[in-house]
Amino acid sequence: MGRYRKGYINPKRFEIGQIKIILMILPLALFMLLPIVFIFSHAFKPMDELFAFPPRFFVIRPTLDNFYKLFKATTTSAIPMGRYIFNTLLVTLAVVIGSVFISTLAAFALSKLKFKGKYTLMEINNAALMFVPVAVMIPRYLIINALGLIDTYWALILPLVAMPVCLFLIKQFTDQVPDSLIEAAYIEGASDFMVYRKIVLPLIKPAVATGAILSFQQVWGDIASSSYYISNETLRTLPFYMNTLTSANNTIAGQGMAAAAGLIMFVPNLLLFIILQSNVMNTMAHSGLK
Amino acid sequence: MKALLINRKLTSRDNNINAYIFLAPYLILFIIFILIPIVIAIILSLTNFNTLQFPNFIGFMNCVNLITQDEIFMQYVLPNTITYALIVGPGGYILSFIIAWALAQLPKAPRTILALIFYSPSITSGVAMNVLWRILFSGDQTGYINSWLIRLGIITEPIQWLTGSNYLLPIMIIVALWSSMGVGFLAILAGILNQDETLYEAAAIDGVKNRFQEVIYITIPTMKPQMLFAAVMAIVNAFQNGMIGVQLSGSNPTPGYAGQLIVNHIEDYGFIRYEMGYASAVSVVLLIFVYVFSRVSKGLFAEKDY
Repeated sequence: MGRYRKGYINPKRFEIGQIKIILMILPLALFMLLPIVFIFSHAFKPMDELFAFPPRFFVIRPTLDNFYKLFKATTTSAIPMGRYIFNTLLVTLAVVIGSVFISTLAAFALSKLKFKGKYTLMEINNAALMFVPVAVMIPRYLIINALGLIDTYWALILPLVAMPVCLFLIKQFTDQVPDSLIEAAYIEGASDFMVYRKIVLPLIKPAVATGAILSFQQVWGDIASSSYYISNETLRTLPFYMNTLTSANNTIAGQGMAAAAGLIMFVPNLLLFIILQSNVMNTMAHSGLK
Repeated sequence: MKALLINRKLTSRDNNINAYIFLAPYLILFIIFILIPIVIAIILSLTNFNTLQFPNFIGFMNCVNLITQDEIFMQYVLPNTITYALIVGPGGYILSFIIAWALAQLPKAPRTILALIFYSPSITSGVAMNVLWRILFSGDQTGYINSWLIRLGIITEPIQWLTGSNYLLPIMIIVALWSSMGVGFLAILAGILNQDETLYEAAAIDGVKNRFQEVIYITIPTMKPQMLFAAVMAIVNAFQNGMIGVQLSGSNPTPGYAGQLIVNHIEDYGFIRYEMGYASAVSVVLLIFVYVFSRVSKGLFAEKDY
């Protein structure tokens, strides 16, 4: 039987042989983890620790001062923090719901319906996986300008809604839904939309969660849209505001606020992934690109 | 009668008009914000366009200028981009594979925790990036890295990590590698976890001797589709993160053009100098770059048997 042992991949329990794997991976894991720890630790440092010499990595006397200052800073500016938060939540929700909705619709058609041009469309979308949005920031600007969307919420929402990766992953997952189930529903007299709504959608929840996470990540930290398409300060989003705070205001008071802002932007992303991670792994199992 | 209706319905589904209705919302947005912009970029790259006057056609002059006249592009941007992309793209990819392969050999609980640790840097947005790395690499002696190195006696004077031109590109590469374990990494991990165990059993009988041979002869060939997906994601990620030089140094252009990547060049010409035609030509070069890289990975991992 050579060296083969059962349970080499995805073992059920801990074995001695795994120690060398852990030893190999641990230094790398620490290198990856330390900056993340720093984001947390730095945000809770009081003023004297932020500028202590020699600098200290870990916080000793954690305080919420930085967060308090961050919220206070916005009360003196013309636009209250609440406005930025509202804008961000609105835009994020619209993009996530929008992109999941249109991707599941399109994925259902591409996976389960028969029509002309199906394979061509799939090929085009596969090619679009390598699309790099920053490469077309100028034409996008021109289009948004031509459509009269400059200084509207639409400029923040619409360009981010169609995500080739989202459609691709959901479509691959939808392929796993057994055709017999769908045939049965048609025989019962269900319409295409009923099949989509009642049969396919409930069965592809993991892919929906993954699509939602990916589009959330894209929109949540998006600074570019706010800076290129929006000149009306009241429509700009939280990450943009925090970015101006952190880059322009690199003064002593600024650093603590920046640290707090960084943490506020990071935590929702992290939490969402932790909550949905088993769904994501489930979807990724079907992510093969042929 | 009812049977007839169902029968008709089933045959009409060979070209189901409803499918286009399902596809319409996605396709419309896809066309407006992805397809047309690419076409416009290609058209504009052949024009001289300053956003005020109507673009006038100048053929391949932008491309010619880019290659012959633009010293900054040839001297800094192109070499920087190639160095950066070659290390971050394939490097991040290989790293993702090795880590995913190692993690797949651990039980579920430690694997999940470690996967989360490796994945989480990829979701730090621009703001966190700004806070984190600019403080760690701060140029005076109160900067964390400087302070540690001085205390360890490796350096005596604080180093201008981000505002000088010597270290910016290496730091960008480290930061980019740090945040490169994204979707592609998860895809590889899931791919390895879902492999058929009997393959390994059969391979052992066929004379595969060690783990390395297993990886080369079984693990990679049986999950080529995932490998290809991850490769495309790695490439896109490397180019999409092209802004980090500007984020780290806080200025565009970066000090001494040391961290200037192709994306910064586009922004510099497009949104700072408003030479949109020229900037579009640079964009087209970027798209070609991504395409070439993806073709190479397709050559490596595409299923050839059909």
